[in-house]
Amino acid sequence: MNQNDIQKVWALYKREFLSYVNSPVLYVILVIFLLATMGFAFLFGRFLDSNNASLGQAFFFWHPWIYVVLAPAVGMRLWSEEHRLGTIELLLTMPISPWHAILAKFKAAATVWFIALALTMPIVFTVFYLGEPDRGPIITGYVASYFYALGCLAVTSAVSAFTRSQVVCFIVSVAVCLTLTLIGYPGIVDFVVHGLPGWGEAVVRFISYLSFMDHFYEMSKGIFVVRDVLYFISVIVVALLVTASGLRSKRA
Amino acid sequence: MIQVQDLKKIFGTKVAVDGVSFKVEKGEVLGFLGPNGAGKSTTMRMVTGYFEPTAGSISVGGIDMLVEPEKAKKFLGYLPENAPLYSDMTVASFLGFCAEIRGLTGAARTKALDRVLDLCFLDSVRNQSVDTLSKGYRHRTCFAQSIIHDPEVLILDEPTDGLDPNQKHEVRSMIKRMGENKAIIFSTHILEEVEAACSRAIIIDRGRVVADGTPAQLKERSPNAGSLRVVIRGASGGSIKEEISKTSGVQRVEAIESTETGLVARVLPGKTQQAGDVAAAIVGLAVAKNWKLQDLHQEEGRLDEIFRSITRSDTVA
Repeated sequence: MNQNDIQKVWALYKREFLSYVNSPVLYVILVIFLLATMGFAFLFGRFLDSNNASLGQAFFFWHPWIYVVLAPAVGMRLWSEEHRLGTIELLLTMPISPWHAILAKFKAAATVWFIALALTMPIVFTVFYLGEPDRGPIITGYVASYFYALGCLAVTSAVSAFTRSQVVCFIVSVAVCLTLTLIGYPGIVDFVVHGLPGWGEAVVRFISYLSFMDHFYEMSKGIFVVRDVLYFISVIVVALLVTASGLRSKRA
Repeated sequence: MIQVQDLKKIFGTKVAVDGVSFKVEKGEVLGFLGPNGAGKSTTMRMVTGYFEPTAGSISVGGIDMLVEPEKAKKFLGYLPENAPLYSDMTVASFLGFCAEIRGLTGAARTKALDRVLDLCFLDSVRNQSVDTLSKGYRHRTCFAQSIIHDPEVLILDEPTDGLDPNQKHEVRSMIKRMGENKAIIFSTHILEEVEAACSRAIIIDRGRVVADGTPAQLKERSPNAGSLRVVIRGASGGSIKEEISKTSGVQRVEAIESTETGLVARVLPGKTQQAGDVAAAIVGLAVAKNWKLQDLHQEEGRLDEIFRSITRSDTVA
């Protein structure tokens, strides 16, 4: 990317991000996200009862389930809205590569999640006030949580490239993200594996290895595993490639 | 500036554009005519790089659209059909965004913005949200977007659609003015628009170019082009018709309205070049017979006649 390209991507990013800022949806989602993360942590996570100055079990544990619903709500407008308004015809006849637009839009939505996570900082201050937590797991927990959000967003971006309806995009994206979460959920994996022959178990373990959840757990436990970060990055790359091919197929 | 060769587009099994070729030079305004569904928009979408053609080549400003789309698109300004806009932006922020994406920043951006706001009469709504604009303003905002970088090639898909007569007139004269130093293609199904603004017109039907020429050349192809229309009173229609038919050079006289006291008719000369002689003969005849000659003029031929006679996308599919 040269100077000129960076400037164009910046213009696209700015437009996309401002359209989030100007829409009430952003604020609704931020409020729900904060209520949900805090609510789960205090009510179900027994954040206070656990008497444990850490965030792993009580706080980060619930994030995947929240992202499964809220990340598609943020990402569903990315390309569906362009299709619906017809502005995609303007966008793709501008002297930019579709990749500039795909990346700029993804980054704008990613910024929304960055802000959302930044707003949960009070809970970090709380644990530091209450005790002396280990910093490592908190940092990796946030990294894992952010990558989870980005993974769900990338999936939503891919789905939105294929439809002009935000509702369809939302439902399909939630279904895909939920599937990618559930196939790695320990309870479900153990249930399925139970009674399977050895090779069957291997297949199930492999599939669960492809899930978001599997990699999220490793990271959120405080082990910063390069492998898991690479996993999420490759999910994002694949989903954005699907986005590009979706846009292409709509024009062909 | 624009060169299109054997362009073809197939959607599934439907052939939308079937071997269209044309050229537009700087200083030319090319009108795209054709019934709905003839392939006008599809052709334009391919020229602007939005659709990928199934076959054929497109070059804009000497650059191949299929090989270097980003470079070729720099020459282009495009007004899509229905004038799409980001509904959550204001007019000024939308146009500012379009300017930035075209590589205009800082003072150049401000200057370009002021220029198009002025040119498209948008100053009064510059800070209004696109959502709240009336159709005419929306259309002009999208039009402003297409000229913000002062492109050398302008492609306008039904630029006057949905405008009131004053705005139509304004857009037409703007196209004509800009056509002096740009290459412009615009599509329409309003025939008077072609006569008002185009230096050349192409008629597309069922994905093919069925006519190509200046508006005057096209009009000559009209079945009634070159015929004389006469209105004569002072004798019975039948006798007038008979007398005129005998005049040399007259091939046929078609009575439009024949009464006891006069005749309204179309006189077809054998050759178009003889029309003057025939007209003179009719005047002489009228003087000799003491008829009252109320009207005598040569028909120019009408674009809608040729349009109707050579296009039938809607009726025969």
